[in-house]
Amino acid sequence: MPQLDLATFPPQLIWLLITFFALYAVMSWVGLPRVRGILAARKGRIDGDLEKATQMKSEAEAVIAAYEKALAEARMQAQITLRETTDRLNAEAAQRQAKVAEELARETTAAEKRIAEAKTQALGSLREVAIEVTRAAAQKLTGRDIDAQHAGAAVDQAMRERG
Amino acid sequence: MAIELHPLEQFTIEPLIPIHFGNVDASFTNSALFMVAAVVVASALMVLGSRRASLVPGRWQSLTEIAYEFIAGMIDENVGHEGQEYFPFIFTLFLFILLGNLLGMIPYGFTFTSHIIVTFAMAGVVFLGVTVIGIARHGFHFLSFFVPHGVPPVLLLLLVPIEVLSYFIRPFTLSIRLFANMMAGHTMLAIFAGFVTAMGIFGFVPLGVDVLLIFLEILVAVLQAYVFTILTCLYLRDAIHLH
Repeated sequence: MPQLDLATFPPQLIWLLITFFALYAVMSWVGLPRVRGILAARKGRIDGDLEKATQMKSEAEAVIAAYEKALAEARMQAQITLRETTDRLNAEAAQRQAKVAEELARETTAAEKRIAEAKTQALGSLREVAIEVTRAAAQKLTGRDIDAQHAGAAVDQAMRERG
Repeated sequence: MAIELHPLEQFTIEPLIPIHFGNVDASFTNSALFMVAAVVVASALMVLGSRRASLVPGRWQSLTEIAYEFIAGMIDENVGHEGQEYFPFIFTLFLFILLGNLLGMIPYGFTFTSHIIVTFAMAGVVFLGVTVIGIARHGFHFLSFFVPHGVPPVLLLLLVPIEVLSYFIRPFTLSIRLFANMMAGHTMLAIFAGFVTAMGIFGFVPLGVDVLLIFLEILVAVLQAYVFTILTCLYLRDAIHLH
């Protein structure tokens, strides 16, 4: 069994010592610090990104909140404006209506006055016609011409009697 | 039909470059060659793999990172945070044994972990180191490690010697486990390989067995490196936390 050959022990131990320490030196001075650096850099990057994402999310939420607030304010403002406008228009309409009604009433009064004038005039010319008719009728019947004054008095009397 | 088998011949240490310091033989042997190869491959993996230092790792960098995180996780789980101090040593130990075992699987290669002196030297360093760490951390109190809690004093007469014995037997079990596994596997491969030519036309049967054994041995190579490392972690935990 070659494993029990004592003469081979010293070279094996010496080279084990040399190679193991060589590997230990390479690992502890180069290999492991580098890998540790890589892993730390990656972790830092991921943590940084996550933090940035969280920050951005909160920023976006703030923006959304501001937007909603602005929207609510705009709605409120719009409602106020709408009410004001409605009130104003209502007032204007009422005013215009009142003016129109007033004008209408005035025109109606004027028209009634005109009608009354026309009626008086018409009644006035009725007397003339009646006098003419009376004179014509008297001439036909009696062959005499009655003067306008007599005829007028007769007509007036008749008109009074009949109301 | 005489079958000539020399399954142990593969473990022979052959000097490649004879070196002598006085009476001390420091020859560069086939064993030393594979130790150097293990160092070169392990260094290449860790140094070249981390050369680019990309945020998104490529294949080699992934392998490097997996090896790092595997051992870092093992220490965190089994030793605790204080164990990270010894991370470079445990990492070196794991890679050295793993590559020694795996490079030994190359045909005509040499498995330096199949030699008891090598595994015992490593186990001995682990044992001494862990004991020194335990004494340095706890001083005289370290001896309480050998006294189980909540046991009647009479039983302590029996249990303390058992605890002491099981503590001092650690370097032997640790080194023999690795050495025996490696030696047994390679011996078995050589025996079946010897049958291939001896059995003539039926040689494909032991050849098939060898093919299957190779897969088993690769598994054993990885597993034993893991076992050696995790036991080192557990011993370290005992030294740091005393149970």
